[in-house]
Amino acid sequence: MSNTPIIELKNLSKSYPVAGKSFYALKDVSISFKKAEFTGVVGPSGSGKTTLLNIIGSLDSPSSGTALVLNNNISELTHSQAAKLRNHHIGFIFQVFNLLPVYTVYENVEFALLLQNFSAEKRKKMVLEALEWVGLQDHKDKKPDKLSGGESQRVAIARAMVKSPKILLADEPTANLDAENAHSILKTMKTLNKELDTTFIFSTHDEKVMKYLSRTIVLKDGKIDKERANKSRT
Amino acid sequence: MLELKLSLKNLLGAKLRTFLNVFVLSISFVIIILLNSLMDGWDAQAKRDSIAWEYGNGHLLHKNYDPLDPFSILDGHGSIPKEVNNLTPILVHQATIYPQGRIMSISMKGGFPKNTFIKVPLKKVLNTNYKYPAVIGKRMAESTKLSIGDEVLIRWRDKNGTYDADRITIVDVFDSDVPTVDTGQLWLDLNTLWQMTGLKNEASFFIANTSYKPSVLQDWKFKSQESLLKIITDLVNQKKYQQGIIYFLLMSIALLAIFDTQVLSIFRRQKEIGTLIALGMTRFRVIKLFTLEGSLYSFFSLLLGGVYGFPLFYFLSLNGFPVPPADQKIGIAIGDFIYPVYGFNLVFGTILTVLISATIVSFLPAKKISKLNPVLALKGKLQ
Repeated sequence: MSNTPIIELKNLSKSYPVAGKSFYALKDVSISFKKAEFTGVVGPSGSGKTTLLNIIGSLDSPSSGTALVLNNNISELTHSQAAKLRNHHIGFIFQVFNLLPVYTVYENVEFALLLQNFSAEKRKKMVLEALEWVGLQDHKDKKPDKLSGGESQRVAIARAMVKSPKILLADEPTANLDAENAHSILKTMKTLNKELDTTFIFSTHDEKVMKYLSRTIVLKDGKIDKERANKSRT
Repeated sequence: MLELKLSLKNLLGAKLRTFLNVFVLSISFVIIILLNSLMDGWDAQAKRDSIAWEYGNGHLLHKNYDPLDPFSILDGHGSIPKEVNNLTPILVHQATIYPQGRIMSISMKGGFPKNTFIKVPLKKVLNTNYKYPAVIGKRMAESTKLSIGDEVLIRWRDKNGTYDADRITIVDVFDSDVPTVDTGQLWLDLNTLWQMTGLKNEASFFIANTSYKPSVLQDWKFKSQESLLKIITDLVNQKKYQQGIIYFLLMSIALLAIFDTQVLSIFRRQKEIGTLIALGMTRFRVIKLFTLEGSLYSFFSLLLGGVYGFPLFYFLSLNGFPVPPADQKIGIAIGDFIYPVYGFNLVFGTILTVLISATIVSFLPAKKISKLNPVLALKGKLQ
C-alpha cells in the first residue's frame, strides 16, 4: 500500500438550509485515504456517511474546506470535469444497485466503457473479464429484473470495477442482501481490492462489513468520532 | 453515437408507451400529408381543367367586361382589333330560355368552332341542319332537363335592344369539371351569335394561346393565366388555412403525448439520471439522450406512417378520392375524384415539421436535467 494519500479532506463541512437554519451534515472533517485502502465509514443514519462519499465522488461539493481527490479540488471542478473524473477514476456501488433496467447485464457493465470510447473488441474483453471476477459470465444476457439481489449487486460491482477505477465508493452495499450474499460480495470486493489496488470506501452500519475492513472511521453528527485500524478477515 | 444507441434501447424497452406515442404521431403525420396532398391535387386539377376549358393562356378582356359581373355583359364588348394574332374571340350575350315552361336567364357564348383554344366541343355545331345549333355542359343539361336533340325556346335582344325569339337545338352535352363554362351557358358558333345579335365582328374577350405575346391594345386589357388562376389558388389556400386548424390540433395532441411522456420520464427516471451522472455521463449528454428519445418518437412515427401511409397514398394516387356531388357545385373546378399530389415540399416539409416539433417538445422537459441535483436524483427524490 502506498503511503501517498489519494484523497485528502481538510476541514470539510457541508451544510444545508433547513427551516431557515444551517444543518451540518459534515462538520470540520479532516481525513485522508491512501491507495488500496479498504475503509469503512460507519455511523448511524444521518451521521454524514453518504454525504462524505458523495463529496469524494464529486457528486456534491463541500460548503467549506477542501476535498482533494486524485489531486482534483472537488470545489473547483466544472460539471464536465467532475463527470470525467467519475468516469475514469471513480466507481460507485449503491444500496439499491441502480442498474439500468432496459439493458442486459453485459450492457450495464459495458456502459462505463462506452463513455470512454474503448474499441468494441477491448470493451468485450474488459466486460467479460469483469463478469468473470463476479462470477456472472453465464448471466450476461439477462435483464436486471431476472436477477436476484445478490446477482444484481455483483453486476453493480462489475460495472464499477470494469474500468479499473482508482477509487470505489460503496454506499451501504450489503444493506439489501442476506448474510450469505453479503459475505460473498465482500469477499469479491476484498479480492478485487488486493488484485487491482483500488481504494474501497464503504459507508455502512452493517456488522458483516466491518469484519472485512482494514480501517474504520466512525462518524457521529457529521464529525469524526473515532478512527481505528482493523485486522481484517481476508 | 452512444446517446442514439441508448435512447433507441430505452424506447424499445418502453414497448407499449413508445408504440402509443409513435402511433398517435404517425396518424397526424399521415393525415397532414393526405389532406394537404388532396388540396394540392385539387389545386393542380382545378388549374389544369380551368386552363384547358376556360382560361387558355390568358384572356384579353374588353375594358368594360368583367366575367364576374353580369351587369357588364351589355356594354362589355367591342370591335375585334386588327392585330389579334394567337387570340380567338368569344362574344358573351344575355338571353332567356324557356325549358319546359320555366324561365331561365342564361349567357350565350359564341366562339369559332374550329379555333376556340379551349376544350368546349363547339365543332359539334358544324355540319348540322339546325338553324341555331348549340352545345351545353352537363350541369346546364341537368338543370334545364335538356339533352341532345332537344329544342328550347330562346329570347334575346339584338344590338338595338329589339327582342327576338327562336328555337335552338342542343347538338352536344359536354362533360367538364369547370362549372364556369357550363352552368347557365349556351355555346354557339360565333357567326351565328353575330347574326342573332347584330354585333358583327365584336367580342367580349379573347382567349390567348401559348404563342400569344401580350401587347397594349386600346379598349382591351390582358389578364394572364396566373392572374386568372389566382381565384383558384386563393380558394385552395383558404381551405388549407382552415385545415391548418385540424393539423394544429392533431399535432398538438401528438406532441402533447410526447411532452407528457418526457415530463413523466424525467420525474420517474430520476434515479436512472442520477446513476448516469454518477457513472460519468455529463449533464449535457443526459439531456441529449432524453431529447433524442423524444425525437426518435417522430422518427419511428415516420417509419410507421410510411408502413400504412404509403400504400394508402399509392392507392389514392391511382384511384383518386371521391368527391360528393354536393361539393361539385361550389363554383370552382372540381372533378368526381381528386387525385392527390405528393410534392417534395409537402412530404419533406411535413417530415421536417414533425421532427423539429418533436425535438423541441422533447428538449423542453429534458433541459430541466441541467439543474438536477445528482445526489437527490440518486435517491429518486422529486425535484
